[in-house]
Amino acid sequence: MSAPTLYDVAGPRGRRRIAVGSAVGVLVLAALLGLAVARLASKGAFDAELWKVLTQGDVQRLLGRGLVATLQAAGIAMVLATALGALLAVGRLSPRGWIARPVGAWVELFRGLPLLLLIVFVFLGLPQLGIDVPTRVALIIGLTLYNSAVLGEIFRAGILSLPRGQNEAGMAIGLGRGQALRLILLPQAVRRMLPAVVSQLVTLLKDTSLGFVIGYTELLRNGRSAVEFLGGKYSIPIYTAIAVVYIAVNASLSYTARLLDRSTRRRYGQAAGPTVQRSAVDEAA
Amino acid sequence: MDAITGNLDQYWLGFRTTVELAALSSVLALTLGTVLAAMRSSPVPPLRAAGTAYVEIVRNTPLTVVFFFVVFVLPQIDIGLSFFVFAVIAVTVYHAAFFCEAVRSGINAVSAGQAEAARSIGLTFGQSLRLVVLPQAFRMVIPPLINVDIALIKNTSIAAAFGTPELTAVGTRLANANGDAVIPILVGIGLCYLAITLPAGWLAGRLERRVAFAT
Repeated sequence: MSAPTLYDVAGPRGRRRIAVGSAVGVLVLAALLGLAVARLASKGAFDAELWKVLTQGDVQRLLGRGLVATLQAAGIAMVLATALGALLAVGRLSPRGWIARPVGAWVELFRGLPLLLLIVFVFLGLPQLGIDVPTRVALIIGLTLYNSAVLGEIFRAGILSLPRGQNEAGMAIGLGRGQALRLILLPQAVRRMLPAVVSQLVTLLKDTSLGFVIGYTELLRNGRSAVEFLGGKYSIPIYTAIAVVYIAVNASLSYTARLLDRSTRRRYGQAAGPTVQRSAVDEAA
Repeated sequence: MDAITGNLDQYWLGFRTTVELAALSSVLALTLGTVLAAMRSSPVPPLRAAGTAYVEIVRNTPLTVVFFFVVFVLPQIDIGLSFFVFAVIAVTVYHAAFFCEAVRSGINAVSAGQAEAARSIGLTFGQSLRLVVLPQAFRMVIPPLINVDIALIKNTSIAAAFGTPELTAVGTRLANANGDAVIPILVGIGLCYLAITLPAGWLAGRLERRVAFAT
């Protein structure tokens, strides 16, 4: 966290003003929250009976199976997207134009399309070519196409962020381009791009929820099935539980990344260099 | 090809809906995001905490789940609106968190001397933020803001699954109706998106280089 730069340490008058501001802020927020809670309560959203649905074995098993399916699809897509992304990064960095340009076009194309459209395209398009795709495969292919393009750009930015002397030094001691990349550039670049890569993987995990659209029975789809079976009023506890699960999984992924980042920083000190600034487009998508 | 040329009105409807949905949500999300960024940089602890909580919760929730809350939970408490308005709400709520972070990174990037100077001539926090810091911060974060907006435009496609007749929904409908022309139909839809996202991305990249050299 950066130090507060917009205000000084408050004196007595400032402290009083902050206290007043706090009180007003809390009141306004509490009023908003209270309004929402009152509205929900009047519809019986907080009835214990409603929330007890989450203790039912059936519901738990259904959501549990959904979570496993979500993690499976996410895990496979993460591995594939990382591998393909590395290839794309190397391809786009190639000094040979006939490799670099098509790869660049490929990356821009898949980064510029909505992920959902890619998934639908694979799901509806491949059967036209006589290739039958189960929903899970369509989801994984879509996720891989999109995220490998994004990850490829992160890898490329990581490699380009290194001082040029690193590559030149590699050449000077007689390494080939591939050797310099593998032995000198990549190990340093990986440390710099780790935070960006992990937040993209969090995005990928969130995006598995798009499998819901094509009918892959992941966490969200199973939640929807449960609500359809139990009745609309159960949407509140079930969807809240699903949101909590996503937030817990994603937050722990991000937390692990921060730990990793701190430990590499401790081991290598500032030599680890600045981390790759991730363009917000990738994070929001 | 007939499937595309014969359905140009459908494409136009989808394109218009996507643009309207994206434009409306962009304005609302940027506004909400700026308010959240101001809250997160304010000296008032409860506002900071509320802003942080909002961003952390929304950032880790899939947009599809946000849609679920808006489309299926709001009607449970008797808030019934059109699917289009639901989509605007969901897209706004989700992307406000990302706009907030982009604006905040700009606020943090404005040199401390600017805020100090503003304070030393007696401006309050609100005044110095509004008159001195934010105008400079916005200029610096135009490229990331464009990038968030590109993501927002692409993410409006999720509204297809929730009853809004935008591009992806049109594509899916036409694909299901014309089984023999699925691929050209969806390629056409893809081109419509690229017509928006590629120029925007190019603009962001250009501005980014300009800003990088200017500072």
